[in-house]
Amino acid sequence: MIYINKISKWYGHFQVLNNCSAGIKKGEVVVVCGPSGSGKSTLIKTVNGLEPVQAGEIIVDNTVVTDRRTDMAGLRARVGMVFQHFELFPHLSVMQNLVLPQRKVLKRSREEAEEKAMGLLQRVGMQEHAGRHPGQLSGGQQQRAAIARALCMDPVAMLFDEPTSALDPEMIKEVLTVMVTLAYEGMTMIVVTHEMGFARQVAHRILFMDEGRIVEDTPKDIFFKTPQTLRAVDFLSKIIH
Amino acid sequence: MFDLDPLLLLQTAPILLKGMLITLKITVAAVVLGMFSGTLLAVARVSPILPLRWLSALYVNCFRSIPLVMVLMWFYLIVPQMLARFFNLSPLTDIRLISAITAFTMFEAAYYAEIIRAGLGSIPRGQTQAALALGMTLPQALRLVLLPQAFRAMAPLLLTQGIILFQDTALVYILGLGDFFRTAVTIGKTNGYEPAMILFAGLIYFGICYAASRLVDSLKRALAEQKRAS
Repeated sequence: MIYINKISKWYGHFQVLNNCSAGIKKGEVVVVCGPSGSGKSTLIKTVNGLEPVQAGEIIVDNTVVTDRRTDMAGLRARVGMVFQHFELFPHLSVMQNLVLPQRKVLKRSREEAEEKAMGLLQRVGMQEHAGRHPGQLSGGQQQRAAIARALCMDPVAMLFDEPTSALDPEMIKEVLTVMVTLAYEGMTMIVVTHEMGFARQVAHRILFMDEGRIVEDTPKDIFFKTPQTLRAVDFLSKIIH
Repeated sequence: MFDLDPLLLLQTAPILLKGMLITLKITVAAVVLGMFSGTLLAVARVSPILPLRWLSALYVNCFRSIPLVMVLMWFYLIVPQMLARFFNLSPLTDIRLISAITAFTMFEAAYYAEIIRAGLGSIPRGQTQAALALGMTLPQALRLVLLPQAFRAMAPLLLTQGIILFQDTALVYILGLGDFFRTAVTIGKTNGYEPAMILFAGLIYFGICYAASRLVDSLKRALAEQKRAS
């Protein structure tokens, strides 16, 4: 489904991604973790081309992301993304947030788009807040609405960029619950997160990043029991209490 | 010297109103057209196409660096002659109003462009990324997500710019165009009340602009409150 092949990226002289490779199969849930500044967010944003790379190749659902001629908008419409700061559009109601991209990108009719939106809002427990504006919602509610907005596009895969990092502790669970359900339903997911509980529960594999490199790419059990690198041992000792 | 016959004001009220109508015509036309062109300039300024960015920056910096009076005269004296030759217009066609509106539009476009650009700059980068991640093209993201937010954030500044423009329209005096200010002055001149009529005109401008400013202030407060609530 997603092939990342030897990609590198520089900001000026600083190398953010160093020869990273990984493959994600259909229905697989991969958690990306590592210390801050290790390139996790950049890596996940290269998958839908929000961050261009200077070397290497990325293929998503048979589309070459790194090819200049690729219709990026068309590709991105098929890959959902959830952001750390939700990024709902503040000038629109929750419902309009979910309907607008369906209508403008997928050219769905208003009725079809609203039906789809309502169904997904129900799924994330947000149907009562359809008419509200993002500013009137808690962080957890906003993030659930943002997940529903991404799902409205019927994505083939979902990318989560630290979806719970900006949330108060009591709201983390409601968002994780939605993500766990999604994982169990077989969604292909790449999740950048520090939530090791989530990783333990649903991840198939863990990518551990450090200084722009993927230093471990191991099944979850192996990662938590016997991490292969000292850097990962150190990271886990800090993050798991 | 400053006494004014109230009867004169009453008698000339229709002409004064007509003048005010021209003033408002220029203001509204230049605000609408200027904001539209300003939006295009602002979008060009943030576009990924380098020559577009350069052209927009060049336009904005040029128009912000020359006196408004000069632009006004340029569009009255030079451009119309070129246009007249091009379209074969009679030299007698009255082009003063069109010249004035064109000049103000082009001048204001530069200022509106800067305001809208600042508005676009105030939107978090994540909004653009979210719009693109949903499969929108950059023009769609601008039209549906970024510009509506920029306009909302900049509404008080855009309106204030309109108030400034309303005052600046008095400069059409040099074109001999009968806007409110020129009409008032002319009435004063022919009846021997010139200083008083200039003061009277000033009072009217003050009243309108002051009231409009207060309205903008309350809008600003309402927007700030809305933002605090969110």
